[in-house]
Amino acid sequence: MIRILDAGPQTTVQDLGRTGQMRYGIPPSGPVDRFAFVLANRLVGNADTAAALECTLIGPRFEITDAGAIAVTGAAMPVTVNGQSAAGWTTIALKPGDVVKLGPARTGVRSYVGFAGGLDVPLVLGSRSTYLRGRVGGIEGRALKKGDDLRVFPTGPVTPRRVERRAIPDYTGEPTIRAILGPQADRFTAEGLQALFGGRYEVLPQSDRMGSRLRGPRIAHARGHDIVSDGIALGSIQVPGDGQPIVLLVDRQSTGGYTKVATICSCDIGRVGQARPGQSLRFHQISVDEAHRLLREADTALDAAVREEIA
Amino acid sequence: MCVELGEEISVEVNTRVRALEFLIQQKGLTGVVETVPAYSSLLVYYDPRAVGYEPLCAAIAELVPQATTAVLPPARTVELPCCYEDPELGFDLAAAARRLELSTDELVRLHAGADYLVYFIGFTPGLPYMTGMPERLNIPRLDTPRTKTPPGSVGIGGIQCCIYSVESPGGFWILGRTPVPLYDPGAAEPTLLRPGDRVRFRRIDRAEFATIGAAVAARTYRPVIA
Repeated sequence: MIRILDAGPQTTVQDLGRTGQMRYGIPPSGPVDRFAFVLANRLVGNADTAAALECTLIGPRFEITDAGAIAVTGAAMPVTVNGQSAAGWTTIALKPGDVVKLGPARTGVRSYVGFAGGLDVPLVLGSRSTYLRGRVGGIEGRALKKGDDLRVFPTGPVTPRRVERRAIPDYTGEPTIRAILGPQADRFTAEGLQALFGGRYEVLPQSDRMGSRLRGPRIAHARGHDIVSDGIALGSIQVPGDGQPIVLLVDRQSTGGYTKVATICSCDIGRVGQARPGQSLRFHQISVDEAHRLLREADTALDAAVREEIA
Repeated sequence: MCVELGEEISVEVNTRVRALEFLIQQKGLTGVVETVPAYSSLLVYYDPRAVGYEPLCAAIAELVPQATTAVLPPARTVELPCCYEDPELGFDLAAAARRLELSTDELVRLHAGADYLVYFIGFTPGLPYMTGMPERLNIPRLDTPRTKTPPGSVGIGGIQCCIYSVESPGGFWILGRTPVPLYDPGAAEPTLLRPGDRVRFRRIDRAEFATIGAAVAARTYRPVIA
């Protein structure tokens, strides 16, 4: 059992998300940064689909009642066990009564805590992921709060592992986010598209799991910004009348009536979600083929990232 | 990928969208993860590890002509009780009637008497985009959208009718409210309506609104679906 002593501003249970519910208006949810999430599970010997915690900007403090193992990945939140500093991106063995604390993120926005066995919360529509606006999944469809108890599925001994130093992402600086044009790129002027792929876009504080709101050079429309509503893909860059982009993420609305100029590659979504308010992004245009190649490379990088510790 | 089958809002185009979705499901196309129908387009989520873009385009292009003649499974008809008489529920009814130069009673009669088609579900969980209203009820959307519309609010705007499923901003004229939840996070199937459903409104008074509301709260209410 895990007892939450302090929850942090927005800590939720997530797994890889819901499938097949967008036609009913329910988004997939799941981790914003899938790369870091999957590694948190792999470090504790879980399947990628196991449920873990997503912590936002400031992590939780919790006590575990049984021996087990955890791993913290993603945003650089300082980890302590009973007040002693512990490393991120590695398996941490815990004994009963240990108190784990994740401090404020130094870089990045979202960190992930994987628990050996995976968190045991009910499946809702095939997933344990929390969808806050829809109030489903996780614990009662809400963020964790002080006093919550979480169960973990039983599991055997955990082999200590770590993520290779070179595989740990750097969330600082000005990441270049790769995107393919469309579906409504023809609604924008050539200057508008140049602005998108030439300018710097600052992340605004209003960003959340639904979307990252950005501010930068205006992405001008050639004709109206309203369309006959259509489906919104993960990473769609939606541009309403003010010419300022919104990158739609895992808790996005399933459909919408604003033009979408481009779509960010799946493998770069996590980087968008790890950019803090005030940090800037740049966009780089690529083709669908390149995007698919990048996805395969990201899968390979994920598989190569984890090493077993040598005793 | 987004498959566009037209640019207008029409029953004909939307029926083809839903037929294409049905055909993709029936065929079990390799690599397709899920689909999202809208008015005139179908968003197809696929796994590029399982299928390439070009082969998937070709497989879908092959199905598009069949979507014109495909026979969809029979539509369900869902009856939704709707209370129009209380201005606290149908707070735009009087203003909409004035704008349309109708009596409120005539507006309610026309609205409740129509047969609606659910084109798709979107925006918020379980929210249906519907048409089927008589042309006489065509009304521009509110000049200033309201920031909060209560769940269950039945609204009209343009040629469309929608029912808010959760509290959300909105630009539709609210004529009444249904006590039946379109989205119930605690239910095994949280959303009531599906793309392609037919919807009929049944006029109820404030007392029945309260009775049904109590049954919903007690989880004893069963919606009328034929």
